[in-house]
Amino acid sequence: MSIYEGDGVIEGKIVKISGPVVVAEGMKGAKMYEVVKVGDTQLIGEIIGLEEDLATMQVYEETAGLKIGEKVIATGRPLSVKLGPGLIKNIYDGVQRPLRVMKDEQGSFILRGVSVKELPEKSWEFVPRVKAGAAVEPGMVLGTVKESEVVEHRILVPPNVSGELKDIVSKGTYDIEDDIATVKTADGDVGLKMYHAWPVREPRPYVKKHPSTIPLITGQRVLDTFFPIAKGGTAGIPGGFGTGKTVTQHQLAKWADAEIVVYVGCGERGNEMTQVLKEFPELLDPRTGKPITERTVLIANTSNMPVAAREASIYTGVTIAEYFRDMGYNVALMADSTSRWAEALREISGRLEEMPGEAGFPAYLASKLSGFYERSGRVDTLANDTGSLSIIGAVSPPGGDFSEPVTQNTLRVVKVFWALDKKLKDQRHFPSINWLTSYSLYLDEIEDWWKDNVSEKWKMRRDEAMSILQEENELQEIVQLIGPDALPERQRVTLLCAQMIREDFLQQNAFHDVDSFCSENKQVAMLKSILDFYDTALKLIDAGVSVAEIREMPTVQKIGRLKYVSEKELESYIKGLTDEMYDEYDRLARSYAG
Amino acid sequence: MSDVQKEYSSIREVSGPIIIVDGVEGVGYSEVVEVTLPDGTKRRGQVLEVDRDVAVIQVFEGTSGTTTEGTSVRFTGHTLKLPVSEDMLGRVFNGMGEPIDDGPDIIPDKEMDINGLPINPSAREYPREFIQTGLSAIDGMNTLVRGQKLPIFSGSGLPHNEIAAQITRQTKVLTGEEFGIVFVAMGITYGEANFFTENFRKSGALEKVVMFLNLADDPAIERIITPRVALTAAEYLAFEKDMHLLVILTDMTNYCEALREISAAREEVPGRRGYPGYMYTDLASIYERAGRIEDREGSITQMPILTMPDDDMNHPIPDLSGYITEGQIIVSRELNRKNIYPPIDVSPSLSRLMKDGIGEGLTREDHDGLQNQLFGAYAKGKEMRDLVAVVGEDALSDLDKQYLHFAEEFESNFIRQKRDEDRSIEETLDLGWKMLGMLPEEELKRIDQKYIEKYYPKEQSE
Ligand SMILES: Nc1ncnc2c1ncn2[C@@H]1O[C@H](COP(=O)(O)OP(=O)(O)OP(=O)(O)O)[C@@H](O)[C@H]1O
Ligand SMILES: [Mg+2]
Repeated sequence: MSIYEGDGVIEGKIVKISGPVVVAEGMKGAKMYEVVKVGDTQLIGEIIGLEEDLATMQVYEETAGLKIGEKVIATGRPLSVKLGPGLIKNIYDGVQRPLRVMKDEQGSFILRGVSVKELPEKSWEFVPRVKAGAAVEPGMVLGTVKESEVVEHRILVPPNVSGELKDIVSKGTYDIEDDIATVKTADGDVGLKMYHAWPVREPRPYVKKHPSTIPLITGQRVLDTFFPIAKGGTAGIPGGFGTGKTVTQHQLAKWADAEIVVYVGCGERGNEMTQVLKEFPELLDPRTGKPITERTVLIANTSNMPVAAREASIYTGVTIAEYFRDMGYNVALMADSTSRWAEALREISGRLEEMPGEAGFPAYLASKLSGFYERSGRVDTLANDTGSLSIIGAVSPPGGDFSEPVTQNTLRVVKVFWALDKKLKDQRHFPSINWLTSYSLYLDEIEDWWKDNVSEKWKMRRDEAMSILQEENELQEIVQLIGPDALPERQRVTLLCAQMIREDFLQQNAFHDVDSFCSENKQVAMLKSILDFYDTALKLIDAGVSVAEIREMPTVQKIGRLKYVSEKELESYIKGLTDEMYDEYDRLARSYAG
Repeated sequence: MSDVQKEYSSIREVSGPIIIVDGVEGVGYSEVVEVTLPDGTKRRGQVLEVDRDVAVIQVFEGTSGTTTEGTSVRFTGHTLKLPVSEDMLGRVFNGMGEPIDDGPDIIPDKEMDINGLPINPSAREYPREFIQTGLSAIDGMNTLVRGQKLPIFSGSGLPHNEIAAQITRQTKVLTGEEFGIVFVAMGITYGEANFFTENFRKSGALEKVVMFLNLADDPAIERIITPRVALTAAEYLAFEKDMHLLVILTDMTNYCEALREISAAREEVPGRRGYPGYMYTDLASIYERAGRIEDREGSITQMPILTMPDDDMNHPIPDLSGYITEGQIIVSRELNRKNIYPPIDVSPSLSRLMKDGIGEGLTREDHDGLQNQLFGAYAKGKEMRDLVAVVGEDALSDLDKQYLHFAEEFESNFIRQKRDEDRSIEETLDLGWKMLGMLPEEELKRIDQKYIEKYYPKEQSE
């Protein structure tokens, strides 16, 4: 028995073509989600509806030129991804076709009807972990392959195979297509290679989900300190065009402390993927010191690539991500943009003439969205390890209006909401995440982690900073009416500090060498400096010093420069800043006491 | 094609730009059809859907005069193709890509499918060569780079055509290679098209320009094809003939109207304001046909122009465009009222590819800090303007007043320029520093100290 080939071969004939949706007759016996080869050019498609002998299919390639009467072959396999060494550093289209291989074979433009191997035809050094005779459990680690400078690829028994290990190869170099082990199963012997296939629409199994108690550290202050996401958690980042979704997602892909990153460019710009390809190899992971590409898998189904493959890209990405989770890794998946995926659903649904729901989206939009985010989590794997999959989805609401269905249905399932704000963007306040409307439901769960690992007072300071910002918001309304000079001095100090929190802490330039990434320690130190200054300033006010004088204190400037101070110099800089602040305090307080 | 081309006269229905034909055989999706009217005139169309023996066809030149009886339809067996050649330079074509000037026949080098093929993202080269348009509002504040798609969002009655024309006249790269221009008119008036032709003629650029004209009185449905035809020519010239091209598409709003018309005729579920739900994907299939490709010399830079209905940036046309393009240049009614040309509002404008296209070796070392500071100071100045409206100028501090003054000067000296004034990037940046000279040095927090020392005007002008 082989798990590597499909069995059925059903052949039908095209009777209808409407964009990416094609209907064929004579398809009795075909199964839902089965892969089909459509037409004389053998375009790849998937069955999405069956009725008597008619099969409705979505085609993952451009259908122009396809004719009525051309044949359709059902392959007997569901739409699957190949999971094995060679995924890392790769860039795939929405149905796991390696784009670099396609470029080498056909040139700069994507042609149709090509079949390319998903995993590179390459040999790997395999190190077995188990011996012949062992009991084989689904998901068990058979051995390892050093896939990249930082990733040890654990070769897993497919989740649907179990039995007894009949034989396994010894340590050595093997081709990706070589059999490396044989398992005696209830249905006969099964040969295993270093990879296996898994249907993209079926979540990979695990033993148990856990609550998330460890933050996914992103190096972005507004995220880590204000609205953190947990490892295994979910976040939605909605915003109108140009508000910073992609930059934020890129920042996460670069700096998040995940062992594996899967980045899905879903219906967005070609140049943004190029940017990732050019930029990532040059960036070093602050934790491993190795290029961040060494842990990254890219899926690129850009806006001008076929719309049905865009729908599939999200599933291709999440299945690859789950696979690495099953090896016991912390995986983070970014999807930019889930709205484009939802629009692909809508377009297909419209072609199927299904009953449209709100804004024309199909009624199953909500369940599809939650089904996607449900695939996140921190889990006990089948191999008795712990792994996590965090999912961060960008949402592109029409007109930037969050009341639309994709945003609303996303908010119903995700636990973190990073609300991008056009007004902040227009002021070039980046990341333009609105601190009053965003939220994280993980604050309490991960507080202990911060206490144990970074700072006792993380949550306390965060809450204090939040309340200063909230107070600022209320004071602003008064200022609008009567001007800032009319406020009492204490409140003007609050405004000053709120401004410092916004400009010197929340604003973070993704394109600045130093500021792009900010460690947990530095985040704590920065916020502490601002809040200490606030206390000092309030005392000075009580001593009779004016806001104008406080504003002139060199400490204000120094705090402003803090974000550009490298981690190395941080300690001495902070010390200098603090000493100077208290000297200034003494000087000013004394001059008023006299 | 080995298939015998069959002619059918079994027209079941005519509805708006759509006709439905019964009893057809072996029809291909997207195939080109030739429709012959009872009076013998021929029109072209394309298959939108086939269901067994029924084909739904959109007719580019419209269906007026079409009847269910006496009209016949011939299926050509191929999708829409454009014959291309280098000789297209300097020529004028209609919206379907047929020559309409008096020039000689074009002898095609080859035929290319007008829908093009998606560029493999891994084959793209990231755009980063600075393009000098000679306009400070763009070069200084929202820099354009070669291979970018940067639309102009405007409103009716605003001088977007003048801006586009000035850009086409002045555009150059510092390395000296020349630009060819592909000019694509969709539903604009004869007068507007003529304005551009005259502009090209006067600047002596005509032989570097390829024009595709679908004017206001040309068939609306043809507009669906026009940008695709033009971009096919552009791709040929850029990626096979090594040319650098600037493609001006105007007016994308008219294109989207045509798209809406087809969608309505097909009785599709309408999306926002009646535009089809797939408009994002459709627009992307146009805008993404820009860029640079590894190992190819040429490039396509797109500058689509669209007039925002009611000046509303949230309208689906600018909104979806903004989601696809790499920034936007906003033409402001308010600045126009103040008689500032070009009335480009730099605050909501953005060039997303700017950061990689400026700086040492590309424009100048101080560019990034300078534009950042100018941006911040202008924003602050405008804030003061709003405050003055509430509390009066007397309530402002001296510093606040300096900002107020800065905003005025920035608009009338930096943004404003003459219609034939072609500023070099050096001039633009120096002018920027002159503007900053109006503010105290301590205020320049966004610029590196070393550039302040080097460029900040020594004697402060009060
Ligand atoms: N953290 C940041 N630091 C500096 N600049 C930023 C930051 N975030 C966003 N920007 C600026 O905003 C621009 C737009 O950001 P981005 O491309 O992420 O928007 P988007 O929300 O993905 O838009 P779209 O929906 O159109 O794709 C960037 O090109 C950059 O100039
Ligand atoms: Mg984006």
